[in-house]
Amino acid sequence: MADNKLDKKVKLYTKPFSFHVNVDSFLPATEEEKRQQILLRESTSFWKDGFHRLWKNKVAMTCVFVLAIIILSVIFIPMVWPYTYDDQLGVNQGYPVDSSYNNLRPLEYGQTELDLIASGESVFPHLFGTDAAGRDYFIRVIYGTRVSLSVGLFASLIVLVIGTIYGSVAGYVGGKVDLFMMRVVDIIYSLPDLLVIILLSVVFNQLFKDALSGTILASLGANMISIFIVFGLLYWVGMARLIRGQILSLKEQDYVLAARSIGASHSRIIRKHLLPNSISVIIISTALQIPSAIFTESFLSFIGLGVAAPMPSLGSLASLALSGVFSYSYRLIIPALFISFIVLSLNLLGDGLRDAFDPKMKA
Amino acid sequence: MDSKLLSYILKRTLLTIVTIWLIITITFFVMNMIPGGPFLSEKAITQEVQDVLNAKYGLDKPLVVQYANYLKNLLHFDFGPSIKLRGREVIEVIMEGFQVSGKIGLMAAGIALVLGVSFGSIAAINRNKLIDNTIMVSTTAFVAMPSFVIGSFLLLLFCVYWQVLPSVGSEPGGLVLPVIALALYPTAYITRLTRSSMLDVLQQDYIRTANAKGVSYVLMIYKHALKNALIPVITYAGPMIAYILTGSLVVEKIFSVPGLGRQFINSITNRDYPLIMGTTIFLATLVVLMTLVSDLMYKVVDPRIDFS
Repeated sequence: MADNKLDKKVKLYTKPFSFHVNVDSFLPATEEEKRQQILLRESTSFWKDGFHRLWKNKVAMTCVFVLAIIILSVIFIPMVWPYTYDDQLGVNQGYPVDSSYNNLRPLEYGQTELDLIASGESVFPHLFGTDAAGRDYFIRVIYGTRVSLSVGLFASLIVLVIGTIYGSVAGYVGGKVDLFMMRVVDIIYSLPDLLVIILLSVVFNQLFKDALSGTILASLGANMISIFIVFGLLYWVGMARLIRGQILSLKEQDYVLAARSIGASHSRIIRKHLLPNSISVIIISTALQIPSAIFTESFLSFIGLGVAAPMPSLGSLASLALSGVFSYSYRLIIPALFISFIVLSLNLLGDGLRDAFDPKMKA
Repeated sequence: MDSKLLSYILKRTLLTIVTIWLIITITFFVMNMIPGGPFLSEKAITQEVQDVLNAKYGLDKPLVVQYANYLKNLLHFDFGPSIKLRGREVIEVIMEGFQVSGKIGLMAAGIALVLGVSFGSIAAINRNKLIDNTIMVSTTAFVAMPSFVIGSFLLLLFCVYWQVLPSVGSEPGGLVLPVIALALYPTAYITRLTRSSMLDVLQQDYIRTANAKGVSYVLMIYKHALKNALIPVITYAGPMIAYILTGSLVVEKIFSVPGLGRQFINSITNRDYPLIMGTTIFLATLVVLMTLVSDLMYKVVDPRIDFS
């Protein structure tokens, strides 16, 4: 077999300078050549590599663990908890208001609950006591965390979508369009965001109050809607700048030229070639956007422009607790600790993601 | 000064003016979107009274004319009268509040700069030692705390548990806690900023040169390292002022300080529209101007920066 092949080679390779195609190049590969193609190590993908690094980062994994516990508990605890966030325990249909339920300290019981316990029945304890209106404080904190987390998540999603589209179009098209689009970004970037948010929240609150009543969105409140709108209007600029910078440098790469030469459309080049290659920047800045959104929401709730009562948020719980801080300080400490832990873990996780996914960080 | 720098300054200033104009415009039209107008909350108001009031405040004219009038008045720093605080001009209210808030803000900014730069340098010089780790852990924690959390904890510790300081800002010594509450976050931020830029600078060749020619350690840190490490800190000046201003909204609420922040929150709850507009425009302009100053300083201080 081997001899046969060698003969063929010699026979075909007679005219080295002729324009005939050298048929040798098209012969089937020998076993030895095939063996050379076997990889020593399995090639690792971008995601595998990144998650491997993240897995080894102890701080980041602790944060993932803490966040997972918090997220699971805000999803599942409201399903099994016997009290709800707006249930005033002292108020029952047909009975006078039982004020013994208001301002319970942790693990204390109201009058009728004490009677039940005396008669031998078990009553679910109020872990954090109740608030001034007799509502179970633990479940309010859980709901508040739920609101804060979902605001952070949705706001970052809005920022992600708008920022990515705007930034990639500006970077890809370039020229005058880019110049104009970036001027707009510069101006929005220099607006003092919190002041504009406050202003818009005040106005949207007035505008949407009537339009919202009766819809599902009503329980969220006009303020929440306006926070989302404001995030959609203002906060995408940072993301847009980042993406544009990435696209600007990536679009000069050869694979973009190759894609264009085989007739790929502009949107396909952006979607399939440019954005996947800037994915690390996108992941990192989205992760760091979430805590900043939570900060903003809690700030607004604290000054009375956040979610509509009775829906709690961590900021509004802290704000309400401030009036009774001398007697019931734990009511301030609990939501404050929750928000600090969430923001801290998200910040550290963001740093961990940067270390894991940023190609520049790789040693 | 070369022409590139000059054109940068010009461009940046123009952009700032456009931004301020945009803020005024947004504020004006957004406020006018509110249905009913400012006198709606007044009870049992007859049509004639309403008309008189509208005529008095120029609200009967078309919106564009009102806008032009408002712009013209703003040029004379005339923000119009407050609607809920009878007989008072908005600019008076703002100036009165700003005297208090400005004092707190300046003190907080000063403390943050001094402490932040010192801690940051100390951490960088003692890299990976116990003191560096302590500083980094505590700044990481402080950066994760919203201003209202910091303010609330200070209130709890110093006013409720230890009872060493007054909880009301108007009492003597009452401004100590608001200043600390405002300064903590920027201090932590500046510390981290200074540390990372100091670490960068300490690896530069000119530091090695200074070392090699026998410059004393203290002199090297002060003259060679710190000077260069402070450049990034300048860029934070603008955002820091913005943070302190918005932070003071919360802190003044917590400690009952009679400043601009509390006035702003009150005007929001009272729906005092001219006061909301005036305060927003005032604060926003201040922030934008401070950002401009810090950006320009940054470019002037560091000649290596490219202006294109």
